[in-house]
Amino acid sequence: MVLRSKTFIETYQEDLSLFRTIWVKFWWTVLLFTLILLPFFVGRYTLYTINLVGIYIIGAIGLNILTGYTGQISIGHAAFLAIGAYTTTILGERSGLHFYVLIPLSGVITTIIGIGVGIPCLRMRGLYLAMATMSFGIIIQYILFQWEGLTHGALGMAAPHIILWGFKVDSDRKFYFLITLIVFLLGFSAKNMMRMKIGRAFVAIRDRDIAAEVIGVDLTRYKVMAFGISSFYAGVSGSLFAYYTTHINPEYFTIFLSVEYLAMIIVGGLGSILGSILGAMFIGIVPEGLRIFFGFLNKTFNLSGFVFTQQLKVITYGVLIILFLIFESGGLVGLWRRIKTSFKSWPFTY
Amino acid sequence: MVAELNYLLQLIVSGLAVGSVYAVIGTGFVVIYKATKILNFAHGEILMLAAYFCVLLIERFHFGFLPAFFLTLAFCALFGLGIERFIMRPMIGEPIFAVVMVTLGLSIILRPLTGMVFGFGNVMFPSPFPQSPIVISKIVVSHAHLWTFIISCVVMVIFFLFFKYSKLGIAMRAAADRQTVAFLMGINVKRIFSLSWAIAAATAGISGVLLANVLVMNLNLSFVAIKVFPAIILGGLDSVVGALIGGLIIGLFENLVGGYLDLYVSGIKEISAYIILFVILILRPYGLFGTKEIERV
Repeated sequence: MVLRSKTFIETYQEDLSLFRTIWVKFWWTVLLFTLILLPFFVGRYTLYTINLVGIYIIGAIGLNILTGYTGQISIGHAAFLAIGAYTTTILGERSGLHFYVLIPLSGVITTIIGIGVGIPCLRMRGLYLAMATMSFGIIIQYILFQWEGLTHGALGMAAPHIILWGFKVDSDRKFYFLITLIVFLLGFSAKNMMRMKIGRAFVAIRDRDIAAEVIGVDLTRYKVMAFGISSFYAGVSGSLFAYYTTHINPEYFTIFLSVEYLAMIIVGGLGSILGSILGAMFIGIVPEGLRIFFGFLNKTFNLSGFVFTQQLKVITYGVLIILFLIFESGGLVGLWRRIKTSFKSWPFTY
Repeated sequence: MVAELNYLLQLIVSGLAVGSVYAVIGTGFVVIYKATKILNFAHGEILMLAAYFCVLLIERFHFGFLPAFFLTLAFCALFGLGIERFIMRPMIGEPIFAVVMVTLGLSIILRPLTGMVFGFGNVMFPSPFPQSPIVISKIVVSHAHLWTFIISCVVMVIFFLFFKYSKLGIAMRAAADRQTVAFLMGINVKRIFSLSWAIAAATAGISGVLLANVLVMNLNLSFVAIKVFPAIILGGLDSVVGALIGGLIIGLFENLVGGYLDLYVSGIKEISAYIILFVILILRPYGLFGTKEIERV
């Protein structure tokens, strides 16, 4: 990490801390206040987009832990999101558990299934793993469609409401605070986890698995753990998605959703928590921006042909994936780091 | 008893017909994998594009079936060359994840793009084969299925001979085996890469046109390629013979499952192939004929 000049680290305590300098603390406080005040200044639709981005962030962190940090390609992330969402909905409907039980519980159940998938996937790597996870995703979607007794099939299910001490969490603003809180909790745990032994083991496995084993990383344990943690995040994200959108349908959890999440972590930056966040924001906001832009084109030039459709959205994701992989493989985080470094060391080049 | 036997034979025959197309599609994957060690996730979309292009030539420009077919192949080969030159070549040397993701990105671009150009609905393919089926002792085979089977077999034989005996085929195998050594031996590796993409795209063209005859033609045609993954995994990612046998087995299995189990579990036919894929990957990840790669855990 590049530190500003005249920053001296003298104790281990300082070296370990997440917020190293007063300026980092200052900017985090500013961010925190902005986030608290934000919902009072933006419109309903903007808030809705922001909330969805928050849900994306959690899922993207999960995928980044598995794919970015541990290097296990997964094209089946949508399946884990679906399991989280359906666990919440089904259990919420049948048992009436509270959301503060149900959200972690969905995470835990998804984790168990994730570990169940992770164990047979241990022997695979690269392309084979990509295909295995993809087929897992397709199988799960099929089950959701066909097991009508449990999931109501293609009709979808209505998710339960969140009730906290007698008052209903139903407005976008209330959801905003809930989602932001969970994003902060899970984001910081992920950040810390990736600085700890676990995260270092993951990175070692990604970079060279045999070398990792030689230096004492238990491959079986850590690979399964990566699957488990990733699934937990996906489960929580899916659970929040179910609560927030109030209705879930197997049609949402397609392979395209998995690719969308992959797009997030590629655009944001593989192997970086900040990257997951930036990527989720980017992928969440770009279609909205394009929609507004196309609407503007329509209004000013009276063209009815420029309608921003679902198809264009998918094409945008594809183009973004390809462009970022070819020209900026570090993602937005790589870009950000480069800019930051060049500012810090100005007028020198490095 | 006889009726049951006939039913079984019927399922086997149509299974083999579908399986032979899977084999051709699988060859497309194998050719690219052999040369460049990447799996082309956009193969299904090239296949779908080929079918639409062929329809365009026949309906709009009034070509006969055969000229349209060969023009489609040429178009596909050019398309493959273009992808290799402008998208895949800048990615040489990048980690495999990045390269695979690029093909995945390409696939999600091509699908809606084709839909926007050619429409999202079902298209009637102007089939050159007679509609009346052939009946051989109560087993019904449509002309389309029969021709599909024959053309697929011919293509497979050509490929087998090409890789085994032709100078170019051997050069491709060499490049696949050790890029650096092949390069030092005077093989133009870049050209081999371009060529393998062109050949693979052309096989996608063949299978696309054949499939459009047999299946309902719409954008979902591209998903057939995903169904071929189990076939190539079963056969081994780097074996043409494996693609043939894997394709036939998966086609057969799928049809048998569809014929016997669909009554009890609806739609099981659609995912039976993926269940096989999962099982194979667990039991024998390198397939029946593939090169053994050991993953330690």
